[in-house]
Amino acid sequence: MSVKLSVNNKDYELQVAPMKRLLDVLREDIGLTGTKEGCGEGECGACSVFIDSVVVNSCLVPVCQTNGTKITTVEGLSNNELSKLQQSFLDYNAAQCGICIPGMLIAAQALLDINPSPSRGEIREAIAGNLCRCTGYMKIVDAIEAAAIGDRG
Amino acid sequence: MVTVHSVQELSQAYKILSQESVKVIAGGTDLMVLYTGGLSLPNNILDIWQLNELRSISEEQNYLKIGALCTYTELINDKKVKEFAPSLVSASRTIGAVQIQNRGTLGGNIVNGSPAGDSLPVLAAFDAELELGSARGTRRVAFNEFYTGYRQTVLASDELLLNIFLPKQQEKEKSDFYKVGTRAAQAISKVVMAVRATVNDNKIESIAISLGSVAPTVIRARVTEQMLTGAEITLELIEQAKTALSQEVKPIDDIRSTEHYRRVVTGNLIAKFLRGF
Repeated sequence: MSVKLSVNNKDYELQVAPMKRLLDVLREDIGLTGTKEGCGEGECGACSVFIDSVVVNSCLVPVCQTNGTKITTVEGLSNNELSKLQQSFLDYNAAQCGICIPGMLIAAQALLDINPSPSRGEIREAIAGNLCRCTGYMKIVDAIEAAAIGDRG
Repeated sequence: MVTVHSVQELSQAYKILSQESVKVIAGGTDLMVLYTGGLSLPNNILDIWQLNELRSISEEQNYLKIGALCTYTELINDKKVKEFAPSLVSASRTIGAVQIQNRGTLGGNIVNGSPAGDSLPVLAAFDAELELGSARGTRRVAFNEFYTGYRQTVLASDELLLNIFLPKQQEKEKSDFYKVGTRAAQAISKVVMAVRATVNDNKIESIAISLGSVAPTVIRARVTEQMLTGAEITLELIEQAKTALSQEVKPIDDIRSTEHYRRVVTGNLIAKFLRGF
């Protein structure tokens, strides 16, 4: 089928199998490999992206359901320079192996979009669907908190 | 070659359902897991994600009318659901995490029919009704008569689940929702329970107890309900309720838990509820 998508503010028209996962379309058809596959069953959050400003697991969305939508991936968080949140992850050494970080950034951005001053509890709940198998959650929470405080200050 | 029919209007969906054998996909949070896991999907898929007429929440007399395509996030954020069905908000908050809550639908949880579906005990305890529709017309069935066996329902092959009619919680009623899983987020339940009761002067006037993950379908604990109705809440009664409920459920050993653990936890949950009065 033919699918029209806006990904990170760039328009695409693709010929794809309708049940192909949005995750695979982003990585294979569009070449945006920032979005990762961890579990492929909605448990780990590594494939998190925004569809029309709503955070979802792209491994659970068939591309036929995204026709005409606006997708934002981790690559779309920065605009030539890193976003405040991305810079904060760097400053706090929040990434260990790094494979969960694109999903963490998207989930954290989804939180900050609706709640600019989250508590640590709210931060932990917002990334509850994102697994870090290095178990480096503390620095990730620190980085998100610092980015939010930066916005307040 | 897989064909997907993406419909925008109910009449289009009815037409396809009446003419072809299709698998319906809504938010995809259950179906896509099977698909990725290599379970072959039927070649014909009906995608109802864009049926916006199934996305509204309204009050109809003593009921909340909830469109089958409402996501858990929509239920969590809706003021009417918060006021009249607080247990449904509690249940929705325990399902997956935000990514799943943004995509998974109440109707999908019902039709998928997993005995571990976390919203289902709430619907059972509150005696919800389901509105089913097809080209032949609509009908309403009691949620408690919807399942005929493990993942088996009375939904005909040409029917769609349209709306859930959930009786509003009354002011004098107390309800609670308990989920026991390995962790708060993302876990599939070992035991899930919803309870609704009217208690006056320590006397139980009415009580509804419903459980998931302890039988092939979501169940109502009618024997324990009957034992408790009209009784006064005492320490002795709480012990009796624990024993009765842990005997009434029919759990199994599986990848998530054991039969024994589930029986003990089930008893403890009803005790916890009754100690709250």
